[in-house]
Amino acid sequence: MNSAPTPASPARRHATVPPWRNVRVLRVAGQLVVVVVVLVIVLVLLNNLTTAMARSNLTFGLDFLRTTAGFEIAETPIPYSATDSYGRAFAVGLANTMVVSIVGIVLATILGVVVGVARLSRNWLVNRLTAGYVEIMRNTPLLVQLVLLYAVFLQLPSVAGSISLPGSIFLNQRGLFLPRPEREPAFGAWLGLVVLAIVVAVALRMVASRREAAGRPGYRLGLVGLVALVAIPAIGWFALGVPIRLDPPVLERFNFVGGMNLSPEFSALLIGLVIYTAAFIGEVVRGGIQAVRRGQIEAARALGLTENQTLRLVIFPQALRVIVPPLTSQYLNLAKNSSLAIAIGFPDLFAVSRTMANQTGQSVAVIVLVMATYLSISLVTSLLMNIYNRRVQVLEA
Amino acid sequence: MVRSRVISGLVALALVAAACESAPSPSATPGPTGQGQASPQPTESAATSQAPTTGLLATVQGRGELICGVNGGLPGFSFLEQGTGQWSGFDVDFCRAIATAVLGDPEAVEYRALSADDRGPAIQTREIDVLIRNTTWTVTRDAQWGVFAPTTFYDGQGIMVTRETGATSLEDLEGATICVQSGTTTELNLTDQMRALGVNFSPQVFGEIDPTYEAYSQGRCDAVTSDRSQLVARRTALTNPDDHVLLDVVMSKEPLGPVTPLGDDAWFNVVKWTVFATFEAEEQGITSDNVTQMRDTSENPVVRRLLGAEGELGALLGLDNDWVVDVIGAVGNYGEIYDRNLGPDTPFDLDRGPNRQWTDGGLLYAPPYR
Repeated sequence: MNSAPTPASPARRHATVPPWRNVRVLRVAGQLVVVVVVLVIVLVLLNNLTTAMARSNLTFGLDFLRTTAGFEIAETPIPYSATDSYGRAFAVGLANTMVVSIVGIVLATILGVVVGVARLSRNWLVNRLTAGYVEIMRNTPLLVQLVLLYAVFLQLPSVAGSISLPGSIFLNQRGLFLPRPEREPAFGAWLGLVVLAIVVAVALRMVASRREAAGRPGYRLGLVGLVALVAIPAIGWFALGVPIRLDPPVLERFNFVGGMNLSPEFSALLIGLVIYTAAFIGEVVRGGIQAVRRGQIEAARALGLTENQTLRLVIFPQALRVIVPPLTSQYLNLAKNSSLAIAIGFPDLFAVSRTMANQTGQSVAVIVLVMATYLSISLVTSLLMNIYNRRVQVLEA
Repeated sequence: MVRSRVISGLVALALVAAACESAPSPSATPGPTGQGQASPQPTESAATSQAPTTGLLATVQGRGELICGVNGGLPGFSFLEQGTGQWSGFDVDFCRAIATAVLGDPEAVEYRALSADDRGPAIQTREIDVLIRNTTWTVTRDAQWGVFAPTTFYDGQGIMVTRETGATSLEDLEGATICVQSGTTTELNLTDQMRALGVNFSPQVFGEIDPTYEAYSQGRCDAVTSDRSQLVARRTALTNPDDHVLLDVVMSKEPLGPVTPLGDDAWFNVVKWTVFATFEAEEQGITSDNVTQMRDTSENPVVRRLLGAEGELGALLGLDNDWVVDVIGAVGNYGEIYDRNLGPDTPFDLDRGPNRQWTDGGLLYAPPYR
C-alpha cells in the first residue's frame, strides 16, 4: 500500500485514498446520479404528456372550474344546485368524502378497540366469534362487501310499505328518514345557557378536586356541578321558548319530503368501511396490547387493580405507543377506500370528479386535482396522528 | 462493496429507463410528422393521394387489428351473445364494417367495453382507434374528445317509469327519484329539462350501466332516463318488461355516431366514408346478396363508381378499390344492419323513425361518391 513512514515527512503517514475508492465521495456521487436519473425520468414523462396532448389538440388548464356545472348531485352537505360552478361541485364531493371519512374513522376506532380487546377475551365464544369476524372481513375485497351491503339495503321495503318507528322515523329502501331539528329564534340564547352550564360544572369540578387533594370531601360540590349542568339548560328550554323544533318527514307521491335522510348509499358505504377497517384496527390494537410486558400486568394485579382498571390505566397507555403508527395507516386506508363510493352511487369526490372530467374533457387536469386533494387529506391526517404519536411515544431516558 | 452496489443500482435504473422509453404505443412514433397535425387544416391533400405511411390508418393496417371502443352492455347495439360469446349489435356491425374496409377481415376487431365515464379519455388518448358506443354528438365532445363521423342513429332522450306510478308526463314526476348514468348527456339534459319545467327531483347517479338499471328495477328509483333506444333495449332485460313504460316525451336530440381521434384527417375520412357507403348502398338497392352481381352487371354509373368498377376512388382514401364491395358483402347495407339488430324480427322492433333514407323522408343522406 505505502512505504514505511519516514521521519522526515510525517504527513506521508496518511495514505490519501483515491476518489474512486473513497467511500464518502462514492456515496455523494451515487446519490447525485440517482437524483439526476429520477429527474430525467420525470422530464421524459412530462415531455411525453405534453407532446401527446399537443398532438390531440388538448389543453391543460383549471379555467373550467369556473364554468357552470349543469348536473345535479344527490347528496349535498353544503348547498348546491345545477347552476353552480364545477368548483362548487368539486367542493360538494370533497364535503361528502370528508363526512364519510371522519365519521368512519371515529366509528371504526371505537369498534376496532372493542374488537381488539374482545379478541383477547378469555370467554371462548367471544374470542372465536371475533376471530371469525376479523378473518372474514380481512380476507374479502372491500368492493365486494360494499356491493353486497348495498344490495341488502335495497331489499328493504319500498317507500309505500315503509317500516315506521315511533317518533316519525321511517325505514325503507330509500334510506332512514328522521325528523330534522330546526332552529327557532331562541336557539342562540339557549346555546349560550348550555355553554354557561358547562363552564359552571367544570369550574365546580375543578374546585371539588382541589378540595379532595387537600383532604376535605368535595363530592357535594361535584354533585352541585352536575345538577347545574342538567338544570340550567332544562330551565332555559322552557323559559326562553322551545329552541328546537322537529320537522318530520312527510310521505308525498314518490318520496318523503322534509326531515333528514340517511341514504342507503351513504349508509352502505359508511357501515361497509367501518366494519372492514375495524377488523384491521382490531388486530393492530390486539398487537399493541400483547406488546405490553407481562410484568406490568402482574404488577398491576399485585397492587389490587381490577381487570378493567388494569386495562384502562396500565395496559392502554403503554399499548398506545405501539398502536398509533399502524393506526395512522388504517385511517389513511379508510379515507382512500371511500373512493369506492362510485360503485354504489354515492357522490363522493372521485365520483363527482369523474362526471366533471367527462363533461369538460379535461381528464388530466381533473385527475391531478383529485390526486392532490387525496394527498392533502392523507398528509393532514398523518400530521395530526404524528403529533399525537409524539405525545404517547416512549421517551427513552 | 458500496461501489458494486452503486454500479448494479445504476445498471438496473438504466434498464428500467430503456424499457419505459420503448413502451409508448405505436401511434406515438410518428414524431416529426405527427407534430404537424396541431393545425386545424393540415395540408393533407398531397399526402392522401397514396396510402399514408403515418397516422392511424397505417397503424391499424400494420397492427392487423382494429381496436373498437363499444358499450358491451347494451343489447341491440353492442353486447356479447349468450351461448356463442360472439359480439353482436348495431355498433358492433359498424366496427366490423370499418375493419373490413381497412383490413379486409370483418373479424379482425378487438372490442373494448367502456363505461360512459371511460370513453372520453379512451378516445382522447388513442387507446382505441374508433369509438362506436352510442355516443351523442355535441360541440364540447367535438372539440375535446374527437371528430364525429356521420350519425348512424338519430335518437332522443326518453324516460322509463313503472306502470304503477301512473305518470304520463315529466310534471307527474315531481319529487321522484330518477336513476341516470354519470358522464352522459342524459344527466345534463335531465337537469335542464326539469329546471325548465320547475319540477323537483332527486337524481341517483351511477358510474356503470348495469347498477343503474339494477337500482331502478329494485325500486331505488321511480324512473330511469337515457336514450330511448337504450331504454327499449334494457327493458327487454328487466324481469317484467310489460310493467315498465316509456313516457311519450322526447327530452332532447341524441344523434349517435362513431368518433375518431382528433388530429387524424385521413383516418376520419376512412371511417366517415365507410358509414356513407352503407347509406349509399341502401339508397341504390345494393345488399350483401347482390353486391358482387351489381358490381359486375350494373350499368348505373353511380353504382359502378361506388363498387369500384369504375374509377380509382378507393385509393384516395388509402383503401383497396373494391373496399365497398367487401364492406357490403360482410355486413350489408344500412337497412340490413338495422333490421338485423333492431328490426321487426328482434325483441326491440324499433321503428326506424328519422333513421330512413332521405328519399323516404328520413335523415340519412350520403354525399356523392365521386
